Amino acid sequence: MSENLKYLTPELFLVIFNLSFLCVMLFVKSSSILLNCNKIAALALIITAVLVYFNHVDANPIINGFYTSNEFTAFFKMLILFLSSVILYLSDAYLKKNDLLKYEFPILINFSVFGMLVVISSNDLMTLYLGIEIQSLSLYIIAAYRRDNLKSTEAGLKYFILGALSSGLLLYGISLVYGATGSTQFHTIYSAIMYTDRTLGMQIGMVFLLSAIAFKFAAFPFHMWTPDVYDGSPTPVTAFMAIVPKLAIGAILAKVLFDVFGGISDKWQLVLVFLSGGSMIIGSFGAIAQSNIKRILGYSSIGHVGFALMGLAAVSPEGLSGFIIYLFLYSIMMLGIFAFILNMEKDGVLVTDIYLLAKYSETNPATSFAFSLILFSLAGIPPLAGFICKLYVMMAIINSGLVYLALVGAIVSVIGAFYYLRIVYIVYFSESNDKLDANIPAGHLLVLFLSSTAIVVGTYNLLGIEPLTRAAAESLLY
Amino acid sequence: MTGYLEEYFPLVVFFGLSLAFGLILMLAPLVTAVSNPDNEKNSAYECGFEPFESARLKFDIRFYLVAILFVIFDLEVAFLFPWAVGFQHIGSLGFWSMMLFLLILTIGFLYEWKKGALEWE
Amino acid sequence: MALYFFYFFASTAILSSFFVIFANNPVHSVLWLIVTFFSVAGFFILVGAEFLALLLMIVYVGALAVLFLFVVMMLNINFAGLRSGVAQYLPFGILIGLVIFIELILAFVPWDFKEQSFNNLSSPINLSETNTVALGKVVYTDYFLLFQCAGIILLIAMIGSIVLTLRSRPDVKRQNITEQIFRDPNSSIEVKDINPGEGI
Repeated sequence: MSENLKYLTPELFLVIFNLSFLCVMLFVKSSSILLNCNKIAALALIITAVLVYFNHVDANPIINGFYTSNEFTAFFKMLILFLSSVILYLSDAYLKKNDLLKYEFPILINFSVFGMLVVISSNDLMTLYLGIEIQSLSLYIIAAYRRDNLKSTEAGLKYFILGALSSGLLLYGISLVYGATGSTQFHTIYSAIMYTDRTLGMQIGMVFLLSAIAFKFAAFPFHMWTPDVYDGSPTPVTAFMAIVPKLAIGAILAKVLFDVFGGISDKWQLVLVFLSGGSMIIGSFGAIAQSNIKRILGYSSIGHVGFALMGLAAVSPEGLSGFIIYLFLYSIMMLGIFAFILNMEKDGVLVTDIYLLAKYSETNPATSFAFSLILFSLAGIPPLAGFICKLYVMMAIINSGLVYLALVGAIVSVIGAFYYLRIVYIVYFSESNDKLDANIPAGHLLVLFLSSTAIVVGTYNLLGIEPLTRAAAESLLY
Repeated sequence: MTGYLEEYFPLVVFFGLSLAFGLILMLAPLVTAVSNPDNEKNSAYECGFEPFESARLKFDIRFYLVAILFVIFDLEVAFLFPWAVGFQHIGSLGFWSMMLFLLILTIGFLYEWKKGALEWE
Repeated sequence: MALYFFYFFASTAILSSFFVIFANNPVHSVLWLIVTFFSVAGFFILVGAEFLALLLMIVYVGALAVLFLFVVMMLNINFAGLRSGVAQYLPFGILIGLVIFIELILAFVPWDFKEQSFNNLSSPINLSETNTVALGKVVYTDYFLLFQCAGIILLIAMIGSIVLTLRSRPDVKRQNITEQIFRDPNSSIEVKDINPGEGI
């Protein structure tokens, strides 16, 4: 046991930090710590990311086969830790303004991140289940964090009930897979599948498992909670939910598909095609009638999940690497968007109506340009990074012979471009008397500009992550 | 198969007995008791409570908080049973693993205490 | 003999779960739910998982059912009003239910689980020791990581329930015992010399 602890250093650090931070905040009544609690927690996440970087890597499962630590997990963990710390930093101003600054917020975020670390590293269906529970339980709570706000409470409740349903599906799937293979460990199930052709029992379990993960991933047909929950939750929580869990769930989805059910990829490919195509269509058509930017981003995230899943549906190393690149660039773009949305204020109140952005370019040309650039990238306009990653997954899917899915993707990305470009149109050309009046803090501006720079630079070399994703994909496949 | 189930035989007898007693005690008054229904018997005596009214009185949310905290500690206790029973077999790792578990939950308990969730204002 | 008990528990479980749904009074629904839990506990006993059976008693009947009762009492909902829409949705609901049921039958009838499963490594019942001991042997050592994760889930549940429901009332006077004990007569009592007829 103790020789295995070295693999757990980042997770242990994060948990110990959380527990001791909770204790300290209980007894220390110092207001300066409370004012900076988000920043302290963000710092802890950064330290954890550094620990992940220096952590031991092992090709074999560790801790009695419950856990893994390899390039794939390290890549996703560092990404998640970095993004969550930025979001914690960004949410500081909002929490202070809305009188929501309590030390529970960063602690719950950090616990959620801990859950994601467990999810990503899991090598056992039970570890996977517990990790997902830790992650989503914290998210349910912070979705309802503005407990006096009806919409926030509704969002938390909706998220909780549907999340509990998906946990039920997950457990049922796990028990079916266990019943059929006699093990819950990924490598044992994988090799058990290899030596048999009687996989019907496991296939039913697999579909349940995939449905549950698709629920958490907000893929069609399990997407219906997304717009409501994104809309109702406090905006920093929306930012967190739209970016970070997607990475963790995406990582574990890829892992479950290739590491557990790799032997029956012909069986799950069709499921993935269905999830991917449906999500893309829902994501592009659903947002057309919306004028609330959080709902638009909810639908947008469904659409992008669909595009990312296209990479998995290709069942090839390049598809998997495209999937990772897509998730990475999606999270970078979303980070920039939310850095802006967190400052969409009118008369000191956060607003979400896109028509209030009218003629925003006149007062803030640079910010509008960066914001529009990210929207162009989300729409997939060449040559921005959003286009490059779409290209990646489409190439992969065409090489796998599923041309029709690529065709669907191309058509819906044209349709989806409409609502992104509509926002750009409003920002530059629309007439309105209501105007936003907030000054964006320097830190938020920095994140916005870095994000928009990243998507421009990303067209050239994908920010140098391509070899990283290739290594991650390879450590998953072989 | 049925070998170990025989140990539950007394329990079955017990359940049967309690069921029978319950039914007898419920049915006996139907036969033996005197029944003189009267409207006045069901109304409040002078300024007393109404004997029958809506049970949907709003409860204080504190009841709910206490109940949910009880559930959590109940689960914690549930983990203690196998630990105590299998204590001889699990060595020091098992001991310290439970201590760690209890420490995590004690921090939770501390949190409840300091937050005043256990106080009834 | 065990077979008769199986049919007894199975029929009570199914019947009582029907009553949970169809009872007019939600409090009765909760009581029927308890009967369901009892029947399922009977199943667990029959397959030799007595620890799970008793856990079901302790956790579900002892704690969760009470919680459900609180929730039911706390919601001031007119359930008759909720039910009025049932007739409207019933045909559609029955249709969907039938489709799913037929699908299940189509999936399960030609499918023998024993045939399809392979490599059944473990037999669930180990008669040489009680399963509480068997659980205790592995949960705290082999499953160390998962056990601690379960602890963290419970901690998050505590934090969550307090974050979402605890409200401190500002108008309530509270006793601060430490402050009381350390109260000093010199600082709290002031002796005033008042001349007759003047007041303070």
